[in-house]
Amino acid sequence: MVDYCQINKSDIYRDYIVTSLYKRANEIEKAVVSYSKDKKVNIDDIIDLILTSKLTGFPIMLLILAFIFWLTIAGANIPSKLLANILFSIEEKLSDIFICFNAPSWLHGILILGMFRTAVWVISVMLPPMAIFFPCFTLLEDLGYLPRVAFNLDRLFKKSGAHGKQSLTMAMGFGCNAAGVISCRIIDSPRERLIAILTNNFVPCNGRFPTLIAISTILIGTASHSFLNSFLVSGLVIILILLGIVVTLLVSLIASKTFLKGTPSTFSLELPPFRKPQIGRIIIRSIFDRTLFVLGRAVAVALPAGAVIWLLANITIGDISILKHIANFLDPFALAIGLDGVIVLAFFLGLPANEIVLPIIFMSYLSTTTMIEIESIEQMRQLFISNGWTSLTCLNIMLFSLLHFPCATTLWTIKKETQSIKWTLASFIIPTVVAILICFITKSIFSLLF
Amino acid sequence: MEEIYIPLNKVNVGQTCIIKELKVTGKQRRRLLDLGFIKDTQVKVIRKSPLGDPTAYLIRKSLVALRKEEASNVLVEIISD
Amino acid sequence: MGLTCKSCKRKAILDIYNIVKANPNQMLVALAGNPNTGKSTIFNELTGLKQHTGNWPGKTVTNARGYFKNKDKEFILVDLPGTYSLFPNSVEEEVARDFICFGNPDVTVIVVDATCLERNLNLVLQILEITDNAILCVNLLDEAKRKKIQVDLDRLSVELGIPVVGTIARDKKGLKNLKDAIYDVCVKKIIPQPKKITYPKEIEDELQKLIPMITPLITNKINPRWIALRMLDGDIKILERISQNSYCKGACNHG
Repeated sequence: MVDYCQINKSDIYRDYIVTSLYKRANEIEKAVVSYSKDKKVNIDDIIDLILTSKLTGFPIMLLILAFIFWLTIAGANIPSKLLANILFSIEEKLSDIFICFNAPSWLHGILILGMFRTAVWVISVMLPPMAIFFPCFTLLEDLGYLPRVAFNLDRLFKKSGAHGKQSLTMAMGFGCNAAGVISCRIIDSPRERLIAILTNNFVPCNGRFPTLIAISTILIGTASHSFLNSFLVSGLVIILILLGIVVTLLVSLIASKTFLKGTPSTFSLELPPFRKPQIGRIIIRSIFDRTLFVLGRAVAVALPAGAVIWLLANITIGDISILKHIANFLDPFALAIGLDGVIVLAFFLGLPANEIVLPIIFMSYLSTTTMIEIESIEQMRQLFISNGWTSLTCLNIMLFSLLHFPCATTLWTIKKETQSIKWTLASFIIPTVVAILICFITKSIFSLLF
Repeated sequence: MEEIYIPLNKVNVGQTCIIKELKVTGKQRRRLLDLGFIKDTQVKVIRKSPLGDPTAYLIRKSLVALRKEEASNVLVEIISD
Repeated sequence: MGLTCKSCKRKAILDIYNIVKANPNQMLVALAGNPNTGKSTIFNELTGLKQHTGNWPGKTVTNARGYFKNKDKEFILVDLPGTYSLFPNSVEEEVARDFICFGNPDVTVIVVDATCLERNLNLVLQILEITDNAILCVNLLDEAKRKKIQVDLDRLSVELGIPVVGTIARDKKGLKNLKDAIYDVCVKKIIPQPKKITYPKEIEDELQKLIPMITPLITNKINPRWIALRMLDGDIKILERISQNSYCKGACNHG
């Protein structure tokens, strides 16, 4: 009836071997394990059903995700400020020492205003959200919930030629793309794993969330802090996230149809029993293995970048700084995609860590030569409008931030994980092309409409 | 009789069946064997993903999800509903 | 060893599994097991904060190593990737298998989930084909109790022929016994004698033909029966690795 494939000899042997192993395992199990007959309905089965049923599976998944985001964003604010205050006060002390020793001002500039300040920015913006997000994520991991997410979503990924576990690496990417890229190890098949690595960047990480939130707040307007307003802002951010997911699936699809062609590898997913989580271990492991690891890499990249940014902003040719020269040079290209030279340059200088993009933009507009933080959103809004920003600029900054090349830490991690310069380059070029293309499209639509 | 064997993906949720045959070779066969999908093993169909695929199967007291494509390679005989 | 091996003509790909012991009092312990068996909890509880994680050289597989002391010995604990089997379908399985095979651990501790024993025993039996020096750690006994599953550990030890220790790693229960069992096997106070599986006649016949041919090629402790089995199920790479490994070792030993 069925045209059986040719089964070769080693397959037959393997069948014998595996069958013998399982037979023996079964014998032993029968001899040593006894069950008390207990026909009570198993609570674990009910929980599992609720988490993966047609009706409740998705709403619960979205609720959990939304709750973690909310906790991360809301919870990180205060410690971020606190940390910044402490670290900046150290900066003052360090500056005093420099003055004390009569150090040349350029040295103070590079070391303190450049390197130290950039590192402080990165630490104070990245550490608190990661310290909240990663333990939450590890908790879900420990409970055994994450494989259920992959189970729920696999079909979408299958259609894109990718693996269901990619949904987990994406969820990890919300915390940090570098961590997301490392987590791609859970995908066995090399092809699907590479797809997951190359597209991880399309989910915005903790470093880009503040930018997205700030700019959406500006775009929506600050008609006092009404409920409707924050609702609209969250809505806009969620739409952006969904867009990122759509782009992920599309790029995965294109990749698996073109340069990463291949039959989808076998898919199997173990749905382990739920376990009582160990809170202590979760906190320790997520802080050590994930948070500090990622932070370490970020700081290592931020230090030299800080020096470069300071130099660009402080060395002048003619009457204006190199920073401004480059921005002017980039202007024609940037305007074509609805941005301006300063913004594009900021994204490039923000390569070490995405959270320094907005500060670089301020710095350039205000012509102050070190990175600063503007206190209120309204102040920010005025500054941007006076520099010619429109709704399109806001929209495209968010799109560009969502879709552009990964930060240096992530690129470094991709290099480590793929052990290939080619794929590292691809992971830079693909998102950049996508970002430019989409920004160009929105710009063209705007030009047609208005 | 072979005629009565059906692919695992056609078995309804809640039904229990016995594995009779794997109709793949090579790596794919090995994967299934490693998961415990071998002849004469009992499998219960637990549930489908909210999107219809994959499906979770209870085999040797562990829950394993397979996509339609993989499950269709496992021929089974239904023993109970 | 690492440096000398570089002088070999062929690069010792398996050199990454050689963990150098600082002194003869140090013992090498491999920790194997299925995913979701609480293996990493055991690892953390045994080693505390005395551990460091990295990658296996040249592989993107996490390599966690930790240290602990018991009586007069020091133990290096290597946490192998959690796998369901040792047939090398993925890099993780390859690393786990190669370490047990070529890393020369003094003992391999296999962690299993008490609630899902049959499935886990598959891996246990595979490991016991490679090495005799193994201890079974039946973890998650609390979960088993909750699900009203009883496991007869003594009987299990008899059936397998190796020491069996029951643990609830989360609550730090049974870990002392585990450490002692590790010690006893390392100092040869206990010598595990795993019962080997007998295969159907077709396989046993082939094995009898193959084993005498393979044995002269192997210079280290690797079990020739296991190599023969791997060759039967189509793993051609394995013999290449063995000969590469012993070639290199031979070259180094003779200067």
